[in-house]
Amino acid sequence: MSLIVKQEGVYQAAFRLLQQRTAGNNAAWFARLRESAMDRFEQLGFPSIKEEEWKYTNVAPISKVNFEPVVGSDKSEATLTADEVTRLGYVEAQASQLVFRNGVLHSDLGSLTGLPTGVVAIDLAKAIADEKYGELIREHLARSADYNANAFTALNTALSSSGAFVLIPKGISLESPLHFHFISDPVEPSAAAFPRVLIIGEENSRATIIESHASISEATYFTNAVVEIVLKDGARLEHYKIQRESADAFHIATTSADLGSNSRYNATTINFGAQLSRHDIAVKMANEGAECWVDGLYVVGGAQHTDTHSVIDHQQPHCTSHQLYKGILDGKSRAVFNGKIFVRHGAQKTDAMQTNKNLLLSNEARVDTKPQLEILADDVKCAHGAAVGQIGEDELFYLETRGIHHNLAKNLLTYGFAEEVIAKIKVDSIKAQLDEAVLNRINARLEA
Amino acid sequence: MLEIRNLHASVDGNPILKGIDLTINRGEIHAIMGPNGSGKSTLAKVLAGHPSYEVTKGQVLYEGKNLLEMAPDERAREGIFMAFQYPIEVPGVSNAQFLRLAYNEKRKHLGEEELDPLEFKDLLKERAKVVEMDASFMTRSVNEGFSGGEKKRNEILQMAVLEPRLAILDETDSGLDIDALRIVAGGVNLLHNSENAVVLVTHYQRLLNYIVPDYVHVLAGGRIAREGGKELALELEEKGYDWITSSVAASGIGASRVT
Repeated sequence: MSLIVKQEGVYQAAFRLLQQRTAGNNAAWFARLRESAMDRFEQLGFPSIKEEEWKYTNVAPISKVNFEPVVGSDKSEATLTADEVTRLGYVEAQASQLVFRNGVLHSDLGSLTGLPTGVVAIDLAKAIADEKYGELIREHLARSADYNANAFTALNTALSSSGAFVLIPKGISLESPLHFHFISDPVEPSAAAFPRVLIIGEENSRATIIESHASISEATYFTNAVVEIVLKDGARLEHYKIQRESADAFHIATTSADLGSNSRYNATTINFGAQLSRHDIAVKMANEGAECWVDGLYVVGGAQHTDTHSVIDHQQPHCTSHQLYKGILDGKSRAVFNGKIFVRHGAQKTDAMQTNKNLLLSNEARVDTKPQLEILADDVKCAHGAAVGQIGEDELFYLETRGIHHNLAKNLLTYGFAEEVIAKIKVDSIKAQLDEAVLNRINARLEA
Repeated sequence: MLEIRNLHASVDGNPILKGIDLTINRGEIHAIMGPNGSGKSTLAKVLAGHPSYEVTKGQVLYEGKNLLEMAPDERAREGIFMAFQYPIEVPGVSNAQFLRLAYNEKRKHLGEEELDPLEFKDLLKERAKVVEMDASFMTRSVNEGFSGGEKKRNEILQMAVLEPRLAILDETDSGLDIDALRIVAGGVNLLHNSENAVVLVTHYQRLLNYIVPDYVHVLAGGRIAREGGKELALELEEKGYDWITSSVAASGIGASRVT
């Protein structure tokens, strides 16, 4: 117990420091928002496995580490170089990337020359202080991602000192993907990073974003990220979230999207890294005719633990949602998938489909999967399903009879399982990275 | 090439093969026929090394070596090929990638240099003619979304690429329309030569109109009930399997099938 008290003290101390540092600089509403979020975090504390939403994911290890919250301080001796940024980046987004070191935006490490005129991509704190955007941000920040319900969202809302505000104006299309490039740098040992992103896609805008989380060391650190997305009528957004944190890292992330009429949001979430990762993704279909694809792939081994909680909320008629999550588990790893689909009163002609499939490569891996449907409208089309399986003997045998070694055969079939998700990715370098990562992980090679 | 002696095999503890003796020499085509449940597909799977089938007695020599000690992939690299009745789909792996992988595994095994993608493409283009398959099949995932006939043609394409010494075709004719049957059989005939052997496992005589066997073996109750030349298949077509099974029962062989 004393440990937890001490740990909460760390976050409180960071909060006080942040308050002092920003005193007088911030808009009053933002200062109040932070205070209120900190209060909420103190009330909630870190979630325990007694809570239904956290039943299978024990975050006690996070509360036991003495993390040092990074609240805007900047160390000059940082080891992150431009070469590392390039190595961890995506060629399509070389001229449109925002680079964050331990959650803090470093404009000098990125480039935005590839963005069309009119597109805003700036530090969130600066944007809040800017009278052009202050009111707009006030209208949307912390509206979609509710800090009252989630302690980690509360902590991020209270402690986030940096992040990004992106505004894609009406009718503008981004040619290249915009990359939110989060890199952990061991210059701050045991760093706890709280990046925050708010994206507003105005009417009929089009964009692809990549949100990647990686590290240049194998250190233990804690990422607590929140990304909020607001799509106005007819806007389209493709969102790739690639989590490949270090093997000892903790990764807690929230993605929250509000969809306007006839807007379209496609999310693909890839989880490879971290000893413990949790992703909460919520899509609110609050206007007619919205459509979303919420796909994911988690590939874990060893003692890794990965948890996905999704909520697709059909509030209005004629909305469509599709969800395909696939998991590959080896070693003693564990995965949790909890997918809720709500179809509210009056959300007629809803079309909702959800699938979670898992492939266990070892007898010690474990999956807890729970698709949930709650339907309050009567004219809807909904389907959901979950499956957990192993590689079939007949499939292996088939490949072996072609002279392919047992392990390679197993790897090819594993790759084949993941491919359904990978094949839909439209950014070539992400696809290539995943091909390589999945095949490397399973130690295969493939050329044609 | 292949010598099967008093082969007994079980699946899940149930004996299926109860003493098979069979010798296959290079250059020969053998047809293994028999009613459903007679053990003919089991024989094919045992020869290819399926892990669910347990050999309880007997031996199999392939080119003088103990076949039963070899893993399925090793058998394949040594030149044994089985065309499946129900080929498996491998999503995400293109036919060309897959074939090159298998081809190079064999080359490596034989101490030969691997072919790079370009070299292999030429070879593949050549071999694909055997089963009249066009280039679009090469970029598609292995068997994924293939029709029944396309899957069977793809099996023969694999055979054409891997050039086995012993090819076992398990019910390759099942589910084929007459055009696909003609293409598949034509491919097998093209690939057959004096250095290799083909074993056709089939329920029907129809396939044997296109691929003419040197020997026909009829299985009943896990044993070879009758052997002969190609005319035996015609006789079966006329008289049906009851003719064999009843005469087997009368002579006391395969009595376990009669209650």
